[in-house]
Amino acid sequence: MKHTKSLPKPSADVAGDAGHVDHPPRVGFFTDTSVCIGCKACEVACKEWNLVPDDGFDLLGMSMDNTGSLGASTWRHVAFVEQPVPLGAQTSGLAGLPTGTSAGTAAAEVVASRLRAAERGGGELGTSPLEVPEVPEDLGMPTFQRPGDGTGAESRTDFRWLMSSDVCKHCTHAGCLDVCPTGALFRTEFGTVVVQQDICNGCGYCVSGCPYGVIDRGVVDGRAHKCTLCYDRLHDGLEPACAKACPTDSIQFGELDELRERAANRVDQLHERGVTEARLYGADPDDGVGGTGAFFLLLDDPEVYGLPPDPVVPTRDAPAMWKAAGAAGAAFLTAGVAAFLGTRR
Amino acid sequence: MTRDRSTASLTDTTREQRMVPEAEFRSYYGRPVLKPPVWEWMVPAYLFTGGLAAGSAVLAAGADVTGRPSLRRAGRLGSLVALTASGVLLVGDLGRPERFHHMLRVAKPTSPMSVGTWIITAFSPGAGIAAIDELVPRRWRRTLLGRLLHRLARPAGMSAALVAPGLASYTAVLLSHTAVPAWKEAGEVLPFVFTGSAAAASGGLGMMFTPVDEAAPARWFAICGATMELTASRSMETRLGLIAEAYTTGRAHRLRRGSELLTVAGLVGTLLGRRSRTVSGAAGLALAAGSALQRFGVFEAGVVSAKDPKYTVVPQRERLERGLRASASVPGDEAVVGVDPDEPISRARSGGP
Repeated sequence: MKHTKSLPKPSADVAGDAGHVDHPPRVGFFTDTSVCIGCKACEVACKEWNLVPDDGFDLLGMSMDNTGSLGASTWRHVAFVEQPVPLGAQTSGLAGLPTGTSAGTAAAEVVASRLRAAERGGGELGTSPLEVPEVPEDLGMPTFQRPGDGTGAESRTDFRWLMSSDVCKHCTHAGCLDVCPTGALFRTEFGTVVVQQDICNGCGYCVSGCPYGVIDRGVVDGRAHKCTLCYDRLHDGLEPACAKACPTDSIQFGELDELRERAANRVDQLHERGVTEARLYGADPDDGVGGTGAFFLLLDDPEVYGLPPDPVVPTRDAPAMWKAAGAAGAAFLTAGVAAFLGTRR
Repeated sequence: MTRDRSTASLTDTTREQRMVPEAEFRSYYGRPVLKPPVWEWMVPAYLFTGGLAAGSAVLAAGADVTGRPSLRRAGRLGSLVALTASGVLLVGDLGRPERFHHMLRVAKPTSPMSVGTWIITAFSPGAGIAAIDELVPRRWRRTLLGRLLHRLARPAGMSAALVAPGLASYTAVLLSHTAVPAWKEAGEVLPFVFTGSAAAASGGLGMMFTPVDEAAPARWFAICGATMELTASRSMETRLGLIAEAYTTGRAHRLRRGSELLTVAGLVGTLLGRRSRTVSGAAGLALAAGSALQRFGVFEAGVVSAKDPKYTVVPQRERLERGLRASASVPGDEAVVGVDPDEPISRARSGGP
């Protein structure tokens, strides 16, 4: 498809564009993954506050991540990535120690093969248990040998552990909101995107409309669910439950303009300290979704964390699609008329 | 990380596939980036019945005006049956079917499903009235109501025929207006596949239920439709790059090859068997079946492309790398800021799980 920008310039006032008068400033999350310690307090606080049902109890094999993904029953998800590289210019002091990756390619393939065998290819994670017909491959009893012990120092690697708490992005141009045919999804006065549960009829369009794979349809109640950025708490002047619970301020809540400034400073700071791989994700108002309300500081490519590298709201290409549909419809009607004109008796 | 999927696709090795090298990309434990569609078989089935309803309405209106009563009857009744089935399928696929009428709360141009809801709403009364006129028993035709219905039938059928192109084509936008790679990237070809498929199916239906001397317009409609479907469908496979793999491998590939075979067979039968009711009917059935398989094949390709992170990550990564280079002179245009293009550090240090 041609990638011409046909959406209006991202507005600084999303809530105003949605018809809110005298609304509060746009709020969002800045998730600084460089200080995330993977405690999952955000996952728990979110479930507790919003009464989100369980999404299945499973040992997934994805490092310490046993949630797997955002979904209808998971509105905060902490990703864990193990890599044989140092963090920034840090010397971990591991050179003399027998270390190695605990999640090797063999273990990763066990995870991937289970995902492929699942009905939705692992897309059910975060919504419902991963029901796989065959039993997981037996990896044997854990050994007490330290990584690298058997082979010697030459096989030892460096190590870093990336952790990142994922959440709904509350996009400036939100795919889910655009495609919702009932008006159940709406833009709040805070500039966030929320599902009205009494309106949603579970058509599932938003699930395919989201370029991040955030929103999903609940298995039990048949309606779409996702992060509300704690809409109820915002009304009472409270910060969202996940941000409140985060012990390292990896999740920062606030006015979006202020958060973006803070994030830019943090990237500069990290670069100065030698963590040159630090970069922001979703902070650019000129990206495919017009910038996100919840954005991230990442230490590797977005896809490593399960995020799309260059997401685009489907609505951007809508004019070209409708134009093609118009031409195809005209051809269809012409064929119909011609079929009768050409066969006059 | 690199994922080698060659073992998974060995069973279905095609020439097209061998020409596409295995893409290298990184992902989060091979987990999908997108949520695969929650829609099941009812949605592709509706794609077929919706197209059938639209095409049949066009044939019925034409037959009505040009005095072909049995083609008119077949078209009107076929349209109503397909429309009823569409309604059942659409409501049945909802997570909360009892709330189907919430679709009528709003009219939203940014939602193809909302647009489609109103297209169906505009189409249904005309198609319904025209079909009911065919069903009125002889003894009631003379009554006031019978005569009123009969007088309304032609304009009603016409109104349905005018909305029909919208009904036949919007479903392509419905699929393309998503983040699902195989549907999204096919956005400018898919409408031609779908309207062609709709014309082929409804032409086929007309051939099945109409004597051959009245079915000439149905045959021509089917020929035009089948040709358009075959051409557009093939062009999808050559235009989409990596994403074409979703169409040319696995179950989607088998369904669409089956569709192609049936459509070609139906096309040949239509051209050669126009004097034989049996050959014509069989050709019509083949065209309709080909159309149905096409819808299921396109649907399946989308589901596969959403389940495999490759289809999301690789094209976006390529785009980004092109964009990064291009935007060097336009600062602030990068989607990912803070990356120094001269030192692709994250690239060099790849090797996550």
